[in-house]
Amino acid sequence: MSKIKPEDLDKIGEKIKRTMLLREGSCRVKIIVHMGTCGIAAGARNVMKALMDEIEKAESKDILLTISSCAGLCSSEPMITIEEKDKPAVKYVELTAEKAKAIFAGHVLGGKIVNEYALAAGSERTL
Amino acid sequence: MPHITNVMICTCTNCISNGALDIRDSLDAQIKRQGLQDDVLVVPTGASGLCVNGPILIVQPEGIFYQKLKGKDIPNLVEEHFLKGRPVKSLMYVPPGEESPIPELRSIPFFKDQRLIALRNRGLIDPDKIDEYIARDGYKALAKAVTSMTQEEVIKEISDSGLRGRGGAGFPTGRKWDSRRKDPRTPKYVVCNADEGDPGAFMDRSIVEADPHSVIEGMAIGAYAVGASSGYMYLRMEYPLAVKRIQLAIEQAREYGLLGKDIFGSGFDFDLQVFKGAGAFVCGETTALVASIEGKIPEPRQRPPRTTLWDKPVVINNVETWANVPVILNWGAKWFAEIGTEKSKGTKVFSLAGNINNAGLVEVPMGITLRDIVYNIGGGIPKGKEFKAVQTGGPSGGFLPASLLDLSVDYEQLDEAGSMMGSGGMVVMDENVCMVEMARYFVAFTNDESCGKCTSCREGSLALLEILSRMCNGEGKPGDIELLEELGEAIRDASQCGLGQSLPNPVLSSLEHFRDEYKAHIDEKRCPAGLCKALITFNISEEKCIGCRLCAKKCPQEAISGEAKELHTIDQDKCIKCGVCLDACKSEAVLVA
Repeated sequence: MSKIKPEDLDKIGEKIKRTMLLREGSCRVKIIVHMGTCGIAAGARNVMKALMDEIEKAESKDILLTISSCAGLCSSEPMITIEEKDKPAVKYVELTAEKAKAIFAGHVLGGKIVNEYALAAGSERTL
Repeated sequence: MPHITNVMICTCTNCISNGALDIRDSLDAQIKRQGLQDDVLVVPTGASGLCVNGPILIVQPEGIFYQKLKGKDIPNLVEEHFLKGRPVKSLMYVPPGEESPIPELRSIPFFKDQRLIALRNRGLIDPDKIDEYIARDGYKALAKAVTSMTQEEVIKEISDSGLRGRGGAGFPTGRKWDSRRKDPRTPKYVVCNADEGDPGAFMDRSIVEADPHSVIEGMAIGAYAVGASSGYMYLRMEYPLAVKRIQLAIEQAREYGLLGKDIFGSGFDFDLQVFKGAGAFVCGETTALVASIEGKIPEPRQRPPRTTLWDKPVVINNVETWANVPVILNWGAKWFAEIGTEKSKGTKVFSLAGNINNAGLVEVPMGITLRDIVYNIGGGIPKGKEFKAVQTGGPSGGFLPASLLDLSVDYEQLDEAGSMMGSGGMVVMDENVCMVEMARYFVAFTNDESCGKCTSCREGSLALLEILSRMCNGEGKPGDIELLEELGEAIRDASQCGLGQSLPNPVLSSLEHFRDEYKAHIDEKRCPAGLCKALITFNISEEKCIGCRLCAKKCPQEAISGEAKELHTIDQDKCIKCGVCLDACKSEAVLVA
């Protein structure tokens, strides 16, 4: 490694920015893939892989992809929940890799809910 | 492709001694076994803070906090949380006196009320990876300083921020730098004082272990500001992990050209080397520290003239002070000066130890009350016992009683109360701690560590120790209290360095706040806390004893007799006052008097 210049600091930072965002837990959009036994059996892992690819392709640095357990509607798995700051969370059901890609383009990048695959906006109240 | 889950495992010395490395290996193996190696990344970090509950894992991005992990917990944890997405409640933190666990780190009171500046990267980066430090704005302040600021501008920023030395005395950092900048002699040096030796203190070690680059960057900025081109990291040999991490960090910084010649193409040269101290407490004193680097016997020297290294100007700051510097340049003096009190700006790192539920490492804004630290962050005293005192500033500091719990933590207020900020040790004591014995303990420490140069310190500490030991043995005499006070003041006045001048503090402050305990030891030959063996006897209460034989079975001296379901008695000739019966009894029938 040759000597770095001040502008190189940002380049080094950019390369692992998504990892750092993940650790800081800060992001514009959070995508939660429900990976309970039911979700995994129904193909949640393919959905997750597709989303990982899309994030990589879009080179987006402000999107968090994470996993959670069964969302309670096992018959409609695989499911994902998309959380945006100050907006109600949206749940999508009966997903495939293709549908996940469409949701990524429409909702995550485009900001519009993809009604076709959406179950509902909002989450259950907890406590 | 980045992973979707980062498992931050604390690998500070505390957690390693609790088995963190085995946990890490087990995590790696289980993650592989479940085929999750592309999803889950295990990251070693330093100083997660809640050291008493180690080994600790923090799972990001959710921020789930796991504690007190054992190797056998890991297969289930990996399967449940990482494969099935179900966080494991039984491994989470449960606040003292409550039943339900708190899953998220940011909701745990211990973490919620802290404000991290010096410890900004704790638990977030792998200390062995310079890129991760850079991604958290690392080395930007150095770039800014050397490419766009003059030496005077850097010093003005530090002065305006109000930053004061975090090693104990609280000298304004900007003023120290300015005087060295104006000194015409060259070459100049910067030194990081990481010779942390107070019993119960581990702030500096934790900062170096968790974020070594923050210290290196701070030192490079300081070197630029004063015109120094080389520096020493004075670290004690007893901190092998910190030594290893800082050495690796220095190598990485050199590879990137962040240390060495012509840094950022600015023409500024600076390099740094580690100097391993042998662990003498007096080396924390700056003149003794430079003597040690020069290869001489580490004895303090008279000041003024100002401390020099090889007869040249030197800036010596503590680890935490250096770690604050980059943040001040990045965020501005004004931002920093808004945190804290009128004369004490920013935050302070404390290592919270002793009789406290959440023993660990905390960083809090200056001005916070002791009560907030002990009760809100520290979670109070274990087993519902009463708070008796908190000792700040290590062997140089003093004891503060419950009546001073609302004291706000800043340099002046602690001084006025007879203690000191010190480097940040904070030892909490409950009702069962004997203050005479505690004072004796600290004086024994300083007596041991006195370099021996000044008679007042060398012999004075011994005289204090003899008197205090006599009191604990039930041989205290009328007039001892006055003698302690007179001696203490003489040692304070006649000793040359901070070690001697401050060593009577534990005695004098405990005499001020807990004089009754001293009197009880002398006049009544009684230890109110029930700790000094020569002054206590163990007896069994006739009313409360249920004759269960638990105490008799546990007594190592076989001093307890009595048939089952009948009253037990202790043979005082055989009793060694070890207190095993007290802990064994479930009916509170063992009485200490």
